[in-house]
Amino acid sequence: MSQQTAHASTAGHHPKYLAHHFESMAQQNAAGKLGMWLFLGQEVLFFSGLFLAYILARIFYPETFLAAHELLDWKLGALNTVFLLTSSLTMALAVRGAQVNSQKQMYWNIMATLILGGAFMVVKYFEYTHKFHDGLLPGKLFDAAKAMHNGVPANIPGAPAIFFAIYFVMTGTHGLHVLIGMGLMIWLLIRIKRGDFNSENHVYLENVGLYWHIVDLIWIFLFPLLYLVR
Amino acid sequence: MESNRKNVPQGAHAATAGGAEPNYINAHKGIWSWMTTVDHKRLGLMYLVGVLGFFAVGGIFALLVRTQLLGPIFKGASGKQEWLFSGETYNKLFTLHGAVMVFLVIIPSIPASLGNFFLPLMLGAKDVAFPKLNLMSFYVYILGGAFLLFSIFTGAVDTGWTFYTPYSSTTSTSVVSAVLGVFILGFSSILTGVNFIVTIHKMRAPGLTWVRLPLFVWAQYATSLIQVLATPVLAITLMLLAIERTIGVGIFDPKLGGDPVLFQHFFWFYSHPAVYIMILPAFGVISEIITINSRKQIFGYKAIAMSSVAIAVIGFLVWGHHMFTSGQSELAAAVFSFLTFAVAVPTAIKTFSWVATMYGGSLRMNSAMWYAQAFLFLFTIGGLTGLFLGTLSVDIHLHDTYFVVAHFHYVMMGGTMTAFVGALHHWWPKMTGRMLNEFWGKVSCFFVFAGFNIAFFSQFVLGTKGMPRRYANYLPEFQYLHQISTIGSYLLGLGFFITLCYMIQSLINGEKAPPNPWGGRSLEWETDSPPIEHNFHHQPVVTHGPYEFPEIDHSQAPRGGH
Repeated sequence: MSQQTAHASTAGHHPKYLAHHFESMAQQNAAGKLGMWLFLGQEVLFFSGLFLAYILARIFYPETFLAAHELLDWKLGALNTVFLLTSSLTMALAVRGAQVNSQKQMYWNIMATLILGGAFMVVKYFEYTHKFHDGLLPGKLFDAAKAMHNGVPANIPGAPAIFFAIYFVMTGTHGLHVLIGMGLMIWLLIRIKRGDFNSENHVYLENVGLYWHIVDLIWIFLFPLLYLVR
Repeated sequence: MESNRKNVPQGAHAATAGGAEPNYINAHKGIWSWMTTVDHKRLGLMYLVGVLGFFAVGGIFALLVRTQLLGPIFKGASGKQEWLFSGETYNKLFTLHGAVMVFLVIIPSIPASLGNFFLPLMLGAKDVAFPKLNLMSFYVYILGGAFLLFSIFTGAVDTGWTFYTPYSSTTSTSVVSAVLGVFILGFSSILTGVNFIVTIHKMRAPGLTWVRLPLFVWAQYATSLIQVLATPVLAITLMLLAIERTIGVGIFDPKLGGDPVLFQHFFWFYSHPAVYIMILPAFGVISEIITINSRKQIFGYKAIAMSSVAIAVIGFLVWGHHMFTSGQSELAAAVFSFLTFAVAVPTAIKTFSWVATMYGGSLRMNSAMWYAQAFLFLFTIGGLTGLFLGTLSVDIHLHDTYFVVAHFHYVMMGGTMTAFVGALHHWWPKMTGRMLNEFWGKVSCFFVFAGFNIAFFSQFVLGTKGMPRRYANYLPEFQYLHQISTIGSYLLGLGFFITLCYMIQSLINGEKAPPNPWGGRSLEWETDSPPIEHNFHHQPVVTHGPYEFPEIDHSQAPRGGH
């Protein structure tokens, strides 16, 4: 019976956001964060396949990569890098807002992160439509004649189709992750408005932050590998 | 659910069998309470039903394949003499057999069903760390299975379960649907892995230190690590294959400058570790069954626990041994061959430890133990023949022959499925509250063991004589061995059918099970059979190791238990 009474006394402080199968908020938060780190490990392995494909293709066709990267606009890539880096800062500030219990700081920083993510996708949209227009497409859709016709120097040695295959698959998969992140931001905004998060309970916010940072980190590798080839 | 718990009278936990508190099965009523449950025990049971259902489907495909090979020999293009199926249908049958068995049966078999059910119980937890995620994994599993089987109706797949390019990117069959199915199943696998690792790290009962964990938990831990780290590579591979087929992205297409062998590297980077996803949980099961039924401390607890982790780590570095004939460099092949031998060491440590555990024990030969013995025998053959294939020169001769088929069936079927069925016998009383018929359990084990050896040992012989795998046709001198193999497969099927019969009989009118029928010391035996909804009447506190049985005589042991 002693265990029963012991249980009753710990159950006295039972915050409404503590799930029934956890003993304490510390346990619940630690579990949530460990789960997210494992998921991020999974993300790294997911992208590693694409990075390996990139390395192989670049070893096979160094001259293709050198010539084809000129067709990407490094200024737009740099602008997007600025957007994402800034959004990581606002994300971190939102988590800080949760830690110091500032609803306003949480809300507006998540909003800023969402807008910066959106700006990234807008730039990406213009880059993609430009490529579509010029026939700079992946694999067998690659159309050098159309590109030449549009005044793009697409007479690239080696396998330009593979360069654009890797460009579109890598940035496309990354862009999908940005979109998912933006969806999570909207969900966070709703929950912040509802007053769900505070200094004791903000593991969701922190986990979306971790996810957003890895999306940012992947872009930090993609940008030089694709846009700044030497 | 909270209120339900508080309503229970304080003295309820005194009752052990048929107590006042409802068990997890009858705590809530109606189909909807099952569809939306977040209870790990119910989800474990639902996975079990799913896995067994798909096992029946995959088994029927297997019997159809074997029946085809029983028949008269094709005359070839000139004198058309077909038996049962055309070559195209045969290709689809063995592909479906492989894909269903690997992705829908063996990978989720022990982890998703028994792991879900018993991991929290063994840890003294109320549930897994993320119960809602657990429910989602289950639906993702069903969705993936639906996609995979849907491909049957859109023309099926004839690539083999390996989906090798360039054939898979050019064949006219329904590769995209099947590949999407496997992609979705991967999500389920990853989420389950994340859930289990966090549960093991964060949800252990007070006093349950890492060296007091049952070895089943250690095995699940190693398995989950592989699930989380290897499956995403399969996901990206299959995504690339699907894009290849839809828009011709070219990364695996040599015409556009891609490399089809890259697909093999990607595929085996997942699929070799996946072999350990399939076998490690079986190791955990065998550690439990053999120790509990030997009534003594397991031999080499830490060695077995660490060898699981060692297998998980080294298992990531041996994928090239599937590709000795693919034109990879000789240096790479030699390194992969060496690492393949290295991974045999921790595996052998386990096998010797199990045998040493039985040595001098007072063995209780119940039907679970019969299955465990079958496992030891079959897995040892499967493991040792793996070394033949890891040897570079021998592999050139045996590559893509029936020797390979026999080898991995000895490991996957003789190893994992035997352990899985053994585990069902071991934990059935806990899951259902009913005992199984011991006599028929042993009869079924006999048929499974005999049928299996007849079916697959003949294939070792076929392989060394040069019979290639995946052929619907063969030379006349192979026929008698094929026929022996087919007869064995029927006996094997009969064995499993007997199991199904007495399991249903047990559910209908089986003898009521006590909470601890086998005298186990790990936490799952400390609660009712079947367990109550929240697993334990009060938070268990662990003061001993998982195998410190009361009848162990500590007076003789210089370094006895605590």
